[in-house]
Amino acid sequence: MEAFENLSRGFHRKQEPFCGELRAPTGQKENPNKQRGFNQKMTDYIVRRFLLMIPIMLMVGIICFLLIHFIPGNPAELMLGAEADSAVIAALTKKMGYDQPLYMQFLKWLQMVIRFDFGVSIYSHQPVISLIAHRAEASILIACGATILFSFFGILVGIISAIKRNSWLDQVSMTLSLTLASAPSFWIGLNLMLIFAATLRWLPGSGYPGVIETGNISNLRYLILPCLTIAIPSTGLIARLTRSFFIDILSMEYITTARAKGLKESVVLIKHALRNALIPVVAVIGSYFAEIVSLSVVIETVFNVPGVGRLVVESILQRDYPTLQALLMFIAGLYVIVNFLCDIIYAVLDPRIQYD
Amino acid sequence: MRRFLKLAKKRPITIAALVVLAVMLFLTVLGPFATPYDPYKMQAKSRLQPPDMEHWFGTDNFGRDMLSRIVVGTRLTLGTSFCILILIASFGIAIGSISGYYRPAGAILMRIVDAAMAFPSMLIALFLASIMNPGFITVLVAVTVVYTPRLARLVHGITLTIATNTYVSAAKAVGVGEFRILTRYVILNALSPIIVQCSFQLAQIILILAILDFLGVGFTPDLPSWGNMIATARVYITRAPWLLIFPGVAISLAVISINIVGDTLRDALDPHGQEQIF
Repeated sequence: MEAFENLSRGFHRKQEPFCGELRAPTGQKENPNKQRGFNQKMTDYIVRRFLLMIPIMLMVGIICFLLIHFIPGNPAELMLGAEADSAVIAALTKKMGYDQPLYMQFLKWLQMVIRFDFGVSIYSHQPVISLIAHRAEASILIACGATILFSFFGILVGIISAIKRNSWLDQVSMTLSLTLASAPSFWIGLNLMLIFAATLRWLPGSGYPGVIETGNISNLRYLILPCLTIAIPSTGLIARLTRSFFIDILSMEYITTARAKGLKESVVLIKHALRNALIPVVAVIGSYFAEIVSLSVVIETVFNVPGVGRLVVESILQRDYPTLQALLMFIAGLYVIVNFLCDIIYAVLDPRIQYD
Repeated sequence: MRRFLKLAKKRPITIAALVVLAVMLFLTVLGPFATPYDPYKMQAKSRLQPPDMEHWFGTDNFGRDMLSRIVVGTRLTLGTSFCILILIASFGIAIGSISGYYRPAGAILMRIVDAAMAFPSMLIALFLASIMNPGFITVLVAVTVVYTPRLARLVHGITLTIATNTYVSAAKAVGVGEFRILTRYVILNALSPIIVQCSFQLAQIILILAILDFLGVGFTPDLPSWGNMIATARVYITRAPWLLIFPGVAISLAVISINIVGDTLRDALDPHGQEQIF
């Protein structure tokens, strides 16, 4: 939810509405050079935005590396617990290189990260990278499924509420979405589990035997409840967001102009309002990634799904810091890439954006 | 404040939310004296009893009365949330106003804030809570560290605009001390958006406290916090669904009421402010 505090602020900059009908219809044909200039600028923007990812990732890398050094005391001692033998601690310190100077440790770590080698988990003794790859399937499926669900229903409910503003339908759906967005996500998950798994016995309530591993596509039903649990509070948020963007757009002058021209209400709503209102919503859905990561950490624990979120909790609770470092790198890296793609999509959708 | 009451009168849902919050505040202060049974008394005979006239919300796996536990849990959950909110507000306002008022300090402080906000807040809280010994202080520190940067960022932005006002320059010209300018001129004028933001933060704090409890890094399991109760209920989900439902309803009611009051506060204090989602 907190992602929205910043996002909704950002997207409320005053913008002139973009509407194909109001632009000179011959503009593009008359001046093909202008169009080429636009593409050139776009490519520049994408390249610049891409290069900007490098310092960000370096910064993220430094933070992830320093993470275990923030904690007072010897990292090896922390990982093994207070009652560990001092010889074992010394051995692990030596093995992980914690006795070397910090910059040497960092250079070594950087070298490994560039080769996508994140070391070995101190708990399961498997290479961290294969551990993550093994767990990624469930998380990716849940995230994609939930995103499709909450985008569709959230936008639908938001638009209906905005059009029927202040009617009973609007009030009911907005109160409902506030309620859903305010309930603790894991509690919603447990309730769904109680209703659909324990009482009705329609769906399995916990675990997930991987589809790739077992080759049984019907195992996807294990992921329905986790998907719903993430989608339900998110639908409430997206609905409220869409509604407020849509209402903003509907109060703009060019909508009045379009209505005054005698256009049909459906044309005004779909062609003029919807296109503009959806641009920020699409961008927000893209940036919703951080929220989905937070949610799936909890939800995968509730439903015992062997996903990346569950791995995060496990590695934190087991003090498996090499795994945690890699996971944070992985999540932050994905976050940076998703943000990059969002900016590009936003720029393509909204030609008024400033590229500088 | 008068505007808030006027607006609240027009919205029945805000009044309902205020009533809920008033009851919860009452229970926070007087909760331990208002319980029908001893919330800690274990009775092996009456384990996992469904709700009836004697125990309205049923009993838990140790035969303890759920209603009493939820009432006592109000103080633990809401009291801790208030403590955290006060900490966040004081740190956030201090960091934000100083970094907004003194530009060079701001450049450094805001970069730290940016770095802290780059990771999902859940993960940071989870990590911090796991490296310290479980307990009240740990929860306090973990949640404060996570949410302070968000408030500091907001205060920073507001201070930047306020500091450009002529009355600040005028105060400087008259020779008012720096500290006095910061507290009397800058922070006082920034107060209404800060109050609005704090109300939404409080809702967030309650939710993240529950999540930390649920994942087992929050309060120690013997304490009757609402999150701990849900974590226990998970084990008995088929045998005793009432253990799950009532604490969850308590959390949801608190969060919804705070969000609704926050909504009204925002509309009253900041009528020109753009519509935020939460």
